[in-house]
Formats: sequence, C-alpha cells, structure tokens
Amino acid sequence: MENLNSEEKIIQDLLPQGFNKSGRIWTGILIALCLVGMFAYYRQLRYGLIVTSMRDYVSWGIYISNFVFFVAISLVGSLITAVFRLSKVEWSTPLTRIAEMIAVAAIIFASVIIIVDMGSPERFYNLFIHGRVQSPIIWDVIVITTYFFISILLLYFPLLPDIKILIGHKETKDHRFKYLFKFYNFLGSFWKGTPEQFKLSERAINILCITIIPVAFSIHTVTSWLFATTYRPGWDSTNFGAYFISGAFLVGGGAVLVAMYVFRKAYHLEKYITEDHFEKMGKMVVLLALLYLYFNINEYLVPAFKMKKSEEAHLTGLFTGEFAPLFWFAILVGMILPIIILLFKKGRKPLPVFIAGIMVVVGAWFKRYLIVTPTLLHPFLPMTNVPESYRHYFPSWEEWAIAIGSLAGALLVITILARIFPIIPIHETLTEQHETAE
Amino acid sequence: MKQENNSRRDFLLNGLLAAGVAVGVGCSSKKNVFESGADETVIASGKKVKLLSVDGEIIEVDEAFLKPVPALPPVSNKEARLGIAGKKFVMVIDLSRCKNLRKCQEACNHMHSLSPGQNWIKVDSMDDDSAHTAPYWQPTTCMHCDEPPCVKVCPVDATFKRQDGIVLIDSDRCIGCRFCMAACPYSTRVFNWGTPQIPAEVAVQPYSCETSVPQKKGTVGKCDFCPDMARRGELPHCVSACPNGTFFYGDLNEDSVSNGSETFRFSDLIKDKSGYRLMEDLGTKPSVYYLPPVNRNFPYESGLENDKSEKK
Repeated sequence: MENLNSEEKIIQDLLPQGFNKSGRIWTGILIALCLVGMFAYYRQLRYGLIVTSMRDYVSWGIYISNFVFFVAISLVGSLITAVFRLSKVEWSTPLTRIAEMIAVAAIIFASVIIIVDMGSPERFYNLFIHGRVQSPIIWDVIVITTYFFISILLLYFPLLPDIKILIGHKETKDHRFKYLFKFYNFLGSFWKGTPEQFKLSERAINILCITIIPVAFSIHTVTSWLFATTYRPGWDSTNFGAYFISGAFLVGGGAVLVAMYVFRKAYHLEKYITEDHFEKMGKMVVLLALLYLYFNINEYLVPAFKMKKSEEAHLTGLFTGEFAPLFWFAILVGMILPIIILLFKKGRKPLPVFIAGIMVVVGAWFKRYLIVTPTLLHPFLPMTNVPESYRHYFPSWEEWAIAIGSLAGALLVITILARIFPIIPIHETLTEQHETAE
Repeated sequence: MKQENNSRRDFLLNGLLAAGVAVGVGCSSKKNVFESGADETVIASGKKVKLLSVDGEIIEVDEAFLKPVPALPPVSNKEARLGIAGKKFVMVIDLSRCKNLRKCQEACNHMHSLSPGQNWIKVDSMDDDSAHTAPYWQPTTCMHCDEPPCVKVCPVDATFKRQDGIVLIDSDRCIGCRFCMAACPYSTRVFNWGTPQIPAEVAVQPYSCETSVPQKKGTVGKCDFCPDMARRGELPHCVSACPNGTFFYGDLNEDSVSNGSETFRFSDLIKDKSGYRLMEDLGTKPSVYYLPPVNRNFPYESGLENDKSEKK
C-alpha cells in the first residue's frame, strides 16, 4: 500500500506543470524575442542580406557561428541518451529527456538559421533538384536531416509509457486543457504497455542509440568540413573534425548543467535531480573541457610555432590583436575557469555547477564566432578596391535580433516541450524504483 | 541589348574597313557576312571600299555588299554550360605594364552592369612594408582554375567549369550560401548583398550565364572571362580597355594570346618572361598567368594617385 502511495507521489511530482507567474514571464520574453527576430528576418527578406554587416570578405558572420553553435549543442542528445544508455550509466536516467529536448530544439534551429543565412532562401528546393553529392553542404543537409529524425524518435519512443500515464491522470491535472489530452491521445493512444510493446520499444531505442552515435559524429564533423575543406588560414586544418566534436560535447554538457539546475529549481525536482547528479555531471564536464582544451592547444600552438606567413596575421589577431579579448575570454571563461571550479568538491554543488555551465555555454558561443569570422578577415590577397566597410565586421541589429531570436526560439521549444511532457521520464523512474526496492 | 548590337556592328565594320588587325575575329561571324549577302540580289552601287582579306590581301568590295550582321542569338544557359568546343581560354597579365589606371575595372563594371562598389577585377597593391621587396600593381580577375575550389563546394551546381576552361555562374540557380566565396583563395567572388543597382531595362533581361547580366539579389557574381565576346571572336572588355596592353587573352590550343595590338605565341611568352600563376602550391591550376614586374614601363608610384580610397 505504501509502495503504491509512493508511486503515485512520484507521478504527481513529475507530471508536467502549468506555468506559474515567472514561467509566464519567461515564456513571454522568449516569444517577444522571437517576434523581434522575425521582424528582422522580414526586413532581410525584403532588402536582402544587405541589412547584415556581412560583406564580400566576411561573407559568413554570426549566422554561421550560431549555426555551428546549435549543431554543437545538439550533440548532447547523443552523448547523454545514447552513450550513457549503451554503457548502462544508470544515474543518467533523469537527465536523458532534458538532453533529448535540448538536442531536438537545437537541431531545429540549426536548420532555421542556415536557411536564414542563405541569400536566396526561396530557392531552397534547388538543394533537392540540383543537389551535388560532392559538396559538403549536401552532406550536411543529409546528416542533419537524419539526426533530426533520430533525435525526434529518441525523444518520442521513451515518452510512450509516460504518455499513457499522462492520459491516465486526466482527471487530476490540467483539466483546463482538453486539447492537450487530445494531443496525448494522438501521440500515444496506441500504447497499451503490453510486454510485446515494451520489447519492441526497447529494441527500437537500442537501435536508435547505436545509429545516432555515428550520425552525431557525422553532423559535427561535416560541419567542421565546411571550413576545413577550404584553403583559408585558421580553417585549413586536419584537426578540425575532432576539435569540433570535442567542443560540441563540452557545450552540450554545459547546457545540461544549466538545464538541470533551472528545471530542478523551477519544478522542485530536488528528489530526482540530486546533488549527486551535479557531482557526476560536473566531473563529466571537467573531462570534456580538458579534452576540448587539448584540441585547442593542437589547433593554435602548432601553427603558431611555425607562424606561416598566411597564418601569422590571423593568429596574432587572435592572441594579441583585435580579437584577443574575445579569444582569451573564450579560452579562460569557456574552458579553464569551469575546469577549476568543477575540480573542487565544493564546486560541484548545484549553484557553482550552474555558473560553470553558463560560462561553458557563453564561452562556446563566442568560440564559434572566433572560428568563423577572424579567418575571413585575413584573405590571401590584399583587401583592395572595396568600400571601407568591407574590411571590418560587427553584426548589424538585424543580425543580433535574428541570432538572439533563434536562441530564444530554441529555449522556447525546450520550454514548451517541458510544459507538455514530463521532464524526467516517469516510467523509467518507477521501474528503477521497483528494481532498487527488490 | 540594342546598344550592344550597335557596338558589335560598329566593331565589325570598323574592323573590316580600317583594314586593321582585328585579331581573332572568328570564322563563324565572317561566314555570316557572306552568307547573308549571297541570299539576295544586290545591285552594285559602284562605290568601292577597301578591305583586308583573311589572307592579308587588300581587296575592293562594292559598298552595297556590306551588310550589317544580324546579332548572333545569345546561347541558351544550357549551351552556356557546355562551353565552346576545342577552346581552352587563358589570360596573361604583364605586371610590368600595369600602373593601376583601372580602365579594365571601369570597362568591366560598365559592360557587366555591376552595382556601384562592386569590382570583378581588382588591382591589388602588392607591397609588403616589412620585407625588402619591390611593390607592384597586380590586377586580379577570376583565375578560371582547372581545379576550381568554388565549383567543388557548390551544393547546387550553380557554378560550373566548362570544356573551354571557363568557370561561370548560373544566377538563376545560385542559392546564395556563399560557400564558394569561402572556398576561393583568390577572393575573387563578390556577392549581391542587396538588390543590384542597375538600369531597369537591364534588370528585366533574362539572365545569361555567358554575359553574367543582369546580376541578381542574393546571388554570387564574378569575372566570367567574357565568353560572349569570345564567341564573336572579340577580346574581353578588360583586355581592350587597357591602354597599356597589360592583359593578353587567347586560346591555349592555338597557343596564341593577344592584347588587341600585339599577339604572342603563348608558350614563348611564358618561357621568355618567366610567366607564373598565383598560389601554385594550392593546386588550383589557374588559367591566368602573370609575367613578373621586371623592366617596368611605369614606376610603382605612378599608380598611387589612383589608389585614393584604400591603403592598408
């Protein structure tokens, strides 16, 4: 009897909750930011990319760095869900859905932002009717689409038993929102929870977990190849694939740290996302940050040792020149300080972990900017016969609005997913509860 | 379009009448002259004009037989993708002759109706303050590489390499991803960030890959080696515009290049003057060759006054 009660308690704890006041303000702000971004994009559609600060030399700006950032952060889904599941890391169960939600939101907005960057988005269909498989962009289109569908399925399949629970608790919660239950019915009414269904679902999830790992590696490797397949100083590197992947796992880990803290606070999940989770994820992020730092050393130290003529202006611009403040910010705040914080046991308490997570994510965003733009300001031939504005780059308000709007959009998707689905897998938590009880 | 027809007719007539050397006037267009005359009965007017025959003899022809040649219909964009069979176009730029007059740029911008501020030809000032090197002026066009990095990366086959070596852009297909701009080590490509500022009558024309006119918003443009001119046996606009004869253009298979007043055997020119290509180490195999700036016609400084706006 007591067992039943505790089970019911868990379900009640984990059922999606309506927005309280701060939740509504948060959502409102996100929607407002998205609308501003949409207005800026309307202007861009109307007048062309001239509304941005990109010009012939800096032909890729914060749209592309934002794209790389989104692709990077989306890799966390495969790390937490697939890698941890396959290696049977049980403590990660409460984090899997958070990771998968972040992955889905990020990959959606990676696709959105890459269309925003196109000069003629109305010709998007040309990618399908005239696509050349020799082009790394087509590889990116293929792997991102694949990754998107696998991520959606990896979010969906483990949700099915939870949806059954949600439908079962129609009376107790959210009686105001009838359409929500229609939506649950639409998604999961076929799920009866029979052993056959569980067996099938388990198998499907396993297959997805195995396939998503190479696909995840591909999306970020191919994204790095958009740069590494050119001749430009700073991009022309064989280190790029591994460098991007390690960076992606780091920023994904950082994002999970932040999300864990926020969801735990907002939905009072202290019992489910415990201090032990912060402890373990904190250690995990130290490992990932060290890995990324290692690749950074490779990426900058080796060319800096040689100081080839073509690399020199680029590297000195980063180390001591106009990009130095950002560069050292990204290295120190994005990697070294989080490592120091998280190395201490006291640093792995929820609040410092949250702060370290924020540092990782913010540092990572600027890191992507530093990968994309400074290189373009150092072409092989002199920048001649162009207007003065072509020699510098600082994003226009439209670019900022669209970039911030897309980040807000991704957060909005996560917020909405967390509103309609349980943040922590209910069914899996119950099963684990049973297993530990026995 | 009309204007172009006129200038073309003028060229042919002038070329023939002036008994000039009109280098490289293609056989096809000459055949047209005679064919159109043969179809109808023409009454001789009695007035004779002197012309230079193909064999280099001066001949007299009755004025009535001279007819304006109907404009060749522009090739379809499908044909434009194939290129001109049997040709391999090359350019030689003699750096000892350039004094940064930028007449090439002016002519190119005008003939391709480029928006203000856009340049397909740039004249780089090659000066390195730190090294003890002699500065010089280096006009850069598209290199029309034989291993074009831009074509390799294009996701939609909007930029393509033809059998005659020319790399062109189909602005009706370009999606504006700008990967080609990132890939090009010569930074030769320019983007139409906004709506091109071009005359309305030009803007409404259907786009032609060979003339690269009209440029369109949200697509990439670049030097096209003027294949429309080559089809008529004429030189690219930059070549004929340069008063110093810096640019030579021709066909590698014929092994000859010309700047309009001088014609050289391409292989001899490259051998005698130690021609080279830019960034040979990248393996892009450009079709543009440079002759080093030795025995210069002008001092570097004479070009500085034209270099008003930009200095590093």
